[in-house]
Amino acid sequence: MLSSAKQAGPASTPALVGPNGRWSHLPPSVRRLRRRASQRRLVPYMLLLPSAVAIGLMLVWPSIQLAIYSFQNYGLPQITGAEPTQYVGFSNFRQILTDPEFLSSARISVLFAVVAVPTTLVVGTLVGLLLNRLGRKMAAFVSTVALIAWAMPAVSASVMFVWLFQPDGGIVDWLLTKLPSWLDGGARWSGFSWTNAPLPAYTVIALLVVWQGFPFIAVSVLAGLKTMPGELLEAARVDGAGPWRGFWKVTFPILKPIFLVLLLLSVIWDVGIFTQAYIVTGELGNRDEYNLGIYVYDKAFSMPPAYGVASALAMVLTVVLLVVTAAYVRGMVRQGALS
Amino acid sequence: MSARSGSRRSRKITLNTLGVLVAVVTLFPIFWMVSTAFKPPTEIYSLTPQPLPLHPTWANFRNVLNGSVIGMPYWTFLRNSLFVTLSAVVVSSVVALLAAVAVARFRFRFRFRSTYLIMLLIVQMVPQQALVIALYLDFRKVNLLDSLIGLSLLYITFSLPVTIWMLRNFVAAVPRELEQAAAIDGAGPFQVFWKVLLPLVAPGLVTTSVFAFIFAWNEFIFALTFLGTDESKYTLPVYVTYFFGRGTTDWGAIMAASVLFTLPVMIFFLIVQRRLRTGLIAGAVKG
Repeated sequence: MLSSAKQAGPASTPALVGPNGRWSHLPPSVRRLRRRASQRRLVPYMLLLPSAVAIGLMLVWPSIQLAIYSFQNYGLPQITGAEPTQYVGFSNFRQILTDPEFLSSARISVLFAVVAVPTTLVVGTLVGLLLNRLGRKMAAFVSTVALIAWAMPAVSASVMFVWLFQPDGGIVDWLLTKLPSWLDGGARWSGFSWTNAPLPAYTVIALLVVWQGFPFIAVSVLAGLKTMPGELLEAARVDGAGPWRGFWKVTFPILKPIFLVLLLLSVIWDVGIFTQAYIVTGELGNRDEYNLGIYVYDKAFSMPPAYGVASALAMVLTVVLLVVTAAYVRGMVRQGALS
Repeated sequence: MSARSGSRRSRKITLNTLGVLVAVVTLFPIFWMVSTAFKPPTEIYSLTPQPLPLHPTWANFRNVLNGSVIGMPYWTFLRNSLFVTLSAVVVSSVVALLAAVAVARFRFRFRFRSTYLIMLLIVQMVPQQALVIALYLDFRKVNLLDSLIGLSLLYITFSLPVTIWMLRNFVAAVPRELEQAAAIDGAGPFQVFWKVLLPLVAPGLVTTSVFAFIFAWNEFIFALTFLGTDESKYTLPVYVTYFFGRGTTDWGAIMAASVLFTLPVMIFFLIVQRRLRTGLIAGAVKG
């Protein structure tokens, strides 16, 4: 009965007929009923309106503007009104592609993602598998501790890692000097500066990203494992599959959609990573240590601002990430997330 | 038989040891930050670092709280951060709940519903380093730079896509029959909302609030850009980097400042973490 009422659409949904008895003294005029029915059809749109306006103004419109600016000579003279804004075709894009700084920062971004994304995924998955095998209390303890790292502000975590890796007083250099020489330890690490060159700096950032990123992966993988029927792995074990083969032949195929989403999210987070890179490499100015995130920011907000060029660059970054996003959206839709 | 239970026990010990190892490695950087915050300078720069301060001191915290290091006390920035964070949490929860009810409970024409949901997924992925440029220029035009209200408007909007997606699942999980039963008993739409839907969606609202809270409290790039010139408007993340970037090598004070910045979000997180874990799962990976 109730479910058939639901199927019949809003007109017969009692919850939406006005306050009880309010219309009962009126003659059942058809026009009024029709008007109220059409008003009722507007209700869901009204409910969406506030969020749609906010998102339209502060997420969609800026994205469109970005596309427009990327074809304009928008800079300091234009923002102050000293010179008019003009369309300049693809000149901003040409300027980027011939800029050696763009190439070096793009290289850093890509290499960083190539290292940091798989490392985070592997560590997170291993911890997720471990959590699944632990007792209930131990698993709750470890996952709470891990999520503390996840919830930690990126700014604090970055500042904290810079302190761990400080040349004077930092614990990491001290530990490395104490390592035996066959582990590459020794006096050469005393006072080693991690932030003066791209490779050590991005090593620190990668460790930081793995440290903050693995808990989310672990908890998501754990959630997936919990939905998996236990008999499957048991059957594989009976058939003589070790843990390695059990994972690749049984667990991985079942959790594949989750891994896909986590992979895409990690790529999106790591390619243009800003806050951590900005803090660890010492804010703006160390141009050989820029990744794409800092490079875009520097173009837009260092004097003299080049908003047009920065927008073109941001467009390139956005389009690349939107391709990844398209795969992500498809994955979500395939998982039935829209139903 | 006994060999088998012995190997099972040894496996359990191995697993638990691994678990403790993960916890220790994860906690170590945080432990080191807190420990440093309590150390006097002689111990901070000592050639053989001690795990715990030998002579623990509150001096670093005092210096941060009364502002003697950079001339501005912590409280100003705490107030700014609380303002933007709380307004973002409250307003985005309300706005997102309306949208979630619409998406989960009403019919739309054409493919409006799925279009809207996919649009949310996409806009959430536009990198902030890109958006910050256009938004900076827009906010400059309407005089909302150096304004905490402007910043909280952004935080409200940025938390909406995730919040709507997560709340949608919570609203959809409430059985329609409950609402219909209440309606048959004579409850109007608003009563149904307040008395039936809201109490049942409340745990979901707590979860999404945690996300909005963590996002707004931790957000850096917009705060850095939009609060550029007026130091008294800085939120805590900008304040911590300001501290850090001024060439002060007073690591005790820097660590004390980060502890004070991290503490509120940690307390909030630990209170709700059990709920959060389920919500994180529901929101991140459905199914």
